[in-house]
Amino acid sequence: MSGRTTALRESTLARALALVALAGLVIVIVSGRLSAYDNLELGYGAYYFAALAGLTILIGLSGQVSLGHGALMAVGAYTATLLIANEGWAELPAIVAAVVVTAAVGFPVGAAASRLSGPYLAGATLAFAVGLPALADKFPTLLGGENGLIINPPATPSFLGANFSPERWEAWIACIGALVVLFVLFNLKRSGVGRSMRAVRDDEIAAALCGLPVARTKTLAFVISAGCAGLGGGLLALVLQLAAPGAFEFQLSLDLLTGVVLGGLGSLTGALWGAGLLVLLPGWAGDLGHSLSLSSNVQDNLPLAIYGVVLIVAMLVWPTGIQGAVSRLISLVPTNRRRRG
Amino acid sequence: MTNFIDYTLNGISTGAIYAAVALALVLIWRATRIINFAQGAMLMITTYIASAVISATGSYIFGFVVALVSGLLIGAVVERVIIRPIENAPPLNAVIVALGLYSLLIAVAGMIWGATPRSFPSAFSIRGYDIGGTRVLFAPNDTFIVLVVVAVALGLAALFRGTAIGLQMRAAAFKPEIARLQGVRVSRLFTLGWALAALCGAIAGMLVAPSVFLGPNNFDPILISGFVAAVLGGLDSPPGAVIGGLLLGLVLSYVSGYEGSALVPLAALIVLVLVLMIRPTGLFPAAAERRV
Repeated sequence: MSGRTTALRESTLARALALVALAGLVIVIVSGRLSAYDNLELGYGAYYFAALAGLTILIGLSGQVSLGHGALMAVGAYTATLLIANEGWAELPAIVAAVVVTAAVGFPVGAAASRLSGPYLAGATLAFAVGLPALADKFPTLLGGENGLIINPPATPSFLGANFSPERWEAWIACIGALVVLFVLFNLKRSGVGRSMRAVRDDEIAAALCGLPVARTKTLAFVISAGCAGLGGGLLALVLQLAAPGAFEFQLSLDLLTGVVLGGLGSLTGALWGAGLLVLLPGWAGDLGHSLSLSSNVQDNLPLAIYGVVLIVAMLVWPTGIQGAVSRLISLVPTNRRRRG
Repeated sequence: MTNFIDYTLNGISTGAIYAAVALALVLIWRATRIINFAQGAMLMITTYIASAVISATGSYIFGFVVALVSGLLIGAVVERVIIRPIENAPPLNAVIVALGLYSLLIAVAGMIWGATPRSFPSAFSIRGYDIGGTRVLFAPNDTFIVLVVVAVALGLAALFRGTAIGLQMRAAAFKPEIARLQGVRVSRLFTLGWALAALCGAIAGMLVAPSVFLGPNNFDPILISGFVAAVLGGLDSPPGAVIGGLLLGLVLSYVSGYEGSALVPLAALIVLVLVLMIRPTGLFPAAAERRV
C-alpha cells in the first residue's frame, strides 16, 4: 500500500474532501441527464438530506431525540423567504442567515433539552413542533398567514448557458447545501467533539467524571443539528419558492424521524437512504394505489401507514435500519484487504 | 369580570379533560416508564368507534360503553403486541414505536373515515346555565364532564389504594423485579395498566370530541395538553395529573380568551418549558425517585 493512499485513508479531512468532490461530480453528471421534474425531486432529496443528517447526528451521536425538527426547518424557511422577499437579499447570504437564525433558536431549546431525559425532551420538542406553526396565523401581515410567503425562483447564472434549466440550478443549489452538511458532519463525527458526544450518550456520569462538559456537549449537538435543519428549511424555501405553515406541520417532524430511523440512526449514509425514501415513497404509494385502484382516502393515507409500520417494525426487529443491513452485507463479503483493529 | 368568570369556568371543564388524558399518560408511565405518544391517536380511534355505534343505534350511552370497552382492548393489545418486545430497550425506542403507532392509527382512521372532521354529539345540552339573567360559559354538559373525570379519578384512587390488585400494580411499578420475586404477575399488571390508561383516554375522547370535532388529527393538541399536565403533576402521581390538568386548563383558557385560540399550543409549550426548567420533576414529584 503506497504512502499516499495511507495518508488519504487516515486523514478525515482528506477523506471528507474526496467524498464531497466525488458526490459533487456525480450530482453534476446525473443532474444533466435528469428531466426537470426529476431535478426538482433531486432538490427535495437534497434539502431532506440536510435536515436528516443533522437529526441523525443528534439522535445517533448525542442520544437526544427531537420531534421538533420540522418546526426548526420552518424557522429556516421563513428566515430565508423573509430576507429574500422583503429585504431583497441574495440567496447565499439569506441561506447563511437561515442557518444562523435557526441555530440561535435551537440554542435555548438545546439548553433546555440538555437538562431533560429522553421522553421529557421528546414531549418538549413535540410541543414546539405543534405550537410554532401557529405563529404564522398570529402574525398574518409579516408571515403571510395560512397562504405563507412566496419568493421568485433563484436566477440561473448566465455562465451556465441559456439551456440550463431553472430546476437543474435549484437542484444544484440544494445539493451544494447538502454537500456542505455532509462535509461538516463527516468531520464532526470523527472529531474529538464527536467522540465526546458519543461518550455523553453512552454514560453521562462516566463522561462527567472524565471531565467532559456534559450539558455543553448536548447543547452543542442540538445547535449544530438545528443549524442543519435551518439549512434544510432555507433550501426548501428556494426549491419550492414558498414558505407556508401547511408544509411544516407536525407530520414533517414525523417524516424526518421516519427517515433517520429507516436509514439507520447516526449514519450519514443512512440519512441519504432516508432522504430518498421521503422523496420517492409518496409517489410509489400513489402508483401502488392506482394500480390496485384503491379509494382516494386509502391512497392519501398509504404513505403515512407505511411510515408508521416502518417505525414500529424497524424498532422491533431491525433497529439499525437500511445502512445497518448494508454494512452487514458488506461485512459478509470475504476480504483479505480489510484492515483490522 | 364576567369574561374572567367565563374563562375560569371554561378552564375547569377543559382542565378536567386534560386531567383525563394526563391520567392516561401517568398510568402508562407508572407501569412501563414510557410516554405514550400514541395516546391521542388511540382515543381518536375509540371515539370514531363510538361515533359509528351512536349513529347506528341512536344511543349515546351504548356508544360510551363501546368506547370504554374498545379502549380497554386497544390498550391491552398494544401493550402485548408492540410494547412488550421493547420493554428493556433504550427509552428512545419506545418513543419511536409510539410515534409509529400514532402514524399508523392516524392513517387507518383517514382510510376508513376520511380526512373531513365530523360533528360529535354531546351527552347533555351545551347551552350555558342562566345565572341571575346572564348566561355563563358553563353548560350542563360541562357539569357532566367534571363529574365523569372526578369519578374516574376517585375510581382509580380506590383501585390503587383499596384493592389487592391496586397494591400489586403499585408494587410492580415501583420495583418490578422484587414484585416478581414476591409472586406478583408483573407483566399482566403492565397490560392492565395500559388497558386502564386507554380506558381513561377513551373517556377523554368522548368528552372532548363535541368541542374539537371528530377528525384524524383533531386530538393532537389534547395529547400535548395532557402531556404538559402530566409533567406539571410530576408524571408519576395520579392526583398530580388531575391538579396539573386543572391548572393547565385554567392557564390555557385565559390565554385563549384574552389572546386568541391560535396561541394555545404555544402557551402550553411555554408552561412546559418553564416547569421543566424550574422543577424538572414536576410540581408534585413522587416521594422516591426511581433511576432508570
